[in-house]
Amino acid sequence: MKNTKHRLMGFIRKEFFHIFRDPRTLLIIMGIPISQLLLFGFVITTEVKDVKLAVYDPSKDDVSARLVQKLTSTGYFELVENLESDQNIGDIFKKGKVKEVLVFENDFGRKLQRGGEARLQLLADASDPNVARIVSAYTQGIIRDFIRDQQMLPNLPVKITPEVRMYYNEEARSVFLFVPGLMALIMMLVSAIMSSLSITREKELGTLEVLLVSPLRPIHIVLGKVVPYLLLSFVDALIIVAMANWVFLMPVHGSLVLLLAECFLFIFLSLSLGVLISTVAPTQLIAMFMAMIGLMLPTLLLSGFIFPVENMPKILQWFSVLMPARWFNDIVKDIMLKGNGLFYLWDETLILLAMSLFFVVLSVRNLKNRLE
Amino acid sequence: MRVLLTLLQKEFIQIFRDRRMLAIIVMVPVMQMLILVYAADFDVKNSDLVVVDWDQSPASRKLVQTFSGSPFFQLHATSFRQEEAESLLRSGKTDMILIVPAGFEKDLFREAGASLQLIVNAINGSTAEILSGYAQNMILDFQRVWIGETLAVPVSKNAGGINPVVRYVYNDRLDYKHFMAPGILVILVTIIGMYLTGMNLVKEKEMGTTEQLNVTPLKKHQLIAGKLIPFWIIALFDLAFGLLIARLAFHLPMEGNLLVLFTYAAIYLIGVLAVGLLISTFADTQQQVLFIGFFIVMIFVLMGGVFTPLESMPRWAQILDFFNPVCYFMRVIRMVLLKGSGFADIISELLFSTVFGISMMVFAIVKYRKRA
Repeated sequence: MKNTKHRLMGFIRKEFFHIFRDPRTLLIIMGIPISQLLLFGFVITTEVKDVKLAVYDPSKDDVSARLVQKLTSTGYFELVENLESDQNIGDIFKKGKVKEVLVFENDFGRKLQRGGEARLQLLADASDPNVARIVSAYTQGIIRDFIRDQQMLPNLPVKITPEVRMYYNEEARSVFLFVPGLMALIMMLVSAIMSSLSITREKELGTLEVLLVSPLRPIHIVLGKVVPYLLLSFVDALIIVAMANWVFLMPVHGSLVLLLAECFLFIFLSLSLGVLISTVAPTQLIAMFMAMIGLMLPTLLLSGFIFPVENMPKILQWFSVLMPARWFNDIVKDIMLKGNGLFYLWDETLILLAMSLFFVVLSVRNLKNRLE
Repeated sequence: MRVLLTLLQKEFIQIFRDRRMLAIIVMVPVMQMLILVYAADFDVKNSDLVVVDWDQSPASRKLVQTFSGSPFFQLHATSFRQEEAESLLRSGKTDMILIVPAGFEKDLFREAGASLQLIVNAINGSTAEILSGYAQNMILDFQRVWIGETLAVPVSKNAGGINPVVRYVYNDRLDYKHFMAPGILVILVTIIGMYLTGMNLVKEKEMGTTEQLNVTPLKKHQLIAGKLIPFWIIALFDLAFGLLIARLAFHLPMEGNLLVLFTYAAIYLIGVLAVGLLISTFADTQQQVLFIGFFIVMIFVLMGGVFTPLESMPRWAQILDFFNPVCYFMRVIRMVLLKGSGFADIISELLFSTVFGISMMVFAIVKYRKRA
């Protein structure tokens, strides 16, 4: 018994040497979470601002000028062009120079003052529908404000003031949304993909047979391959939580111990997926594509990382139920932002546990088939 | 030339000998187009709403009806206790709580007006923003209808007289798939081109067969051409295949000339393949290729405006994007497919990609050492 333990430790040490011998791998394993987090924190945002705007204003009067002035002074819009005619609007959109064009009608101000009504056309480049929707909503909101400021609103006897409170993320910082997904993505990358490649590599080079005839038991070989990545992923998780907290001031309202325990569970789950892939894939390239297509992209797109799950078609919503990252995402958000405890999270945790168990059993069975 | 043809033949046989390779080439675009494209939607509809109505008056009931009758909200629950409603928010059962204070109806006719409270889950800032925008529009609607009915005052729909007409150009139904599919195609072509090249070349290194290739009388440029051209063809094939699926599955518009798109893609791929070649000169194992490739692709894709608007990024990131090839392809594919842009509109992108492709390729070939 002591002997096997000794052998296992030796094998794990050997695997660690393999990873650490090459500083490039290490640099990247540490560099990926840091650079990604900085990218998501400082660069990527789903907010819309600095929208490039063009105006066609044949009336050239005071009211339309004030309205344009009001739009550009909000910071959402940036006036890039005053059009001389409405002929070349199509060309401007085609070149991608502006996102929105405002077209005032002739005698805009005069019609407004005389008839109390004037028309304004708002053209939005909807090749990006999300931006178009937000841009047109902003514009309409600003026009509403403008009307109120200019006291054009007929005196309504009734007034309702809604007080809007943004919970859990008062400044609506998108990095708060990205951190949980990023953790899932990076832990999936390091633990599932790297471990599966590491095992498949031995297969491809034919050295797996050598390992199998050694006195190490198959389970030890798998453990030896997996343990180093377990630790590396955990370090990555720590880096992300620490950076999110210190650099981006993302709170950890719930228990840190619980958060780390859930991370550990998720890493374990990812590793079992990695082992499963390596039992199926014959070459590294195939292992990589299975992992990329089967794990990374769904983690990126189906887990609610960037796109909300509720908006997906029903089929994909069912599909996303199978994604471990989806549950992990919920868990991390709940612990960090809402401060929820295990009482709110027991079902997600149970699902992750059940999934890991399933994958472990499946890969052990596959492994046995291969050996017999 | 004959040598090259023979070499190409050999490479193709080698690639397709593995049936699973064929599966990757066909399955990857199918999966990406049919799953990922549908997943990506920021549109917010059918949000679950929880109402706390302490007024229980005809006015408050009418208000709740306005909300639940709209396509944006569905009534999930009503409650008399704010704590209960907030616990629904915490457990993720709802994203918004509407609180109607006691005396709401009475206050409607007071000088100061009535107030309402909206509590929004703002972890996803942009969704929260859209939700609260919808809610405030609902409240305005209610105000208008309520005044009209109770005071018998006709209130024109466009209070204040400015009547904005919104037109969404290029995508009038705001179909997010038409925005997403071109983006996913760019990722597809980039991943296929970069990874297949890099991994194939490094596999030869791992297997030790690079040595054999090096002692053949083949010239360096012939060797590289023989390695790269198959993947160039495969990537272009996948672009065509992906377009076909998108066309059949969700009628992706193709306003422009496909010849423009494919000419550009062919040039773009030279740069991508060169990056793959370059990675292979740095990496010793396929695992490293995956890591370095992931690192590069993630940064290129996330900063390239595939998912989020470029204009919202900080100035320095937009300047860095000058060197991001993905960003150019992203613009071109959306312009050509959605707006019908031609060669004249994409001339600067074409120029950049040509310069990028040639200089990258020269650099990579110089770096690639063939000892002979």
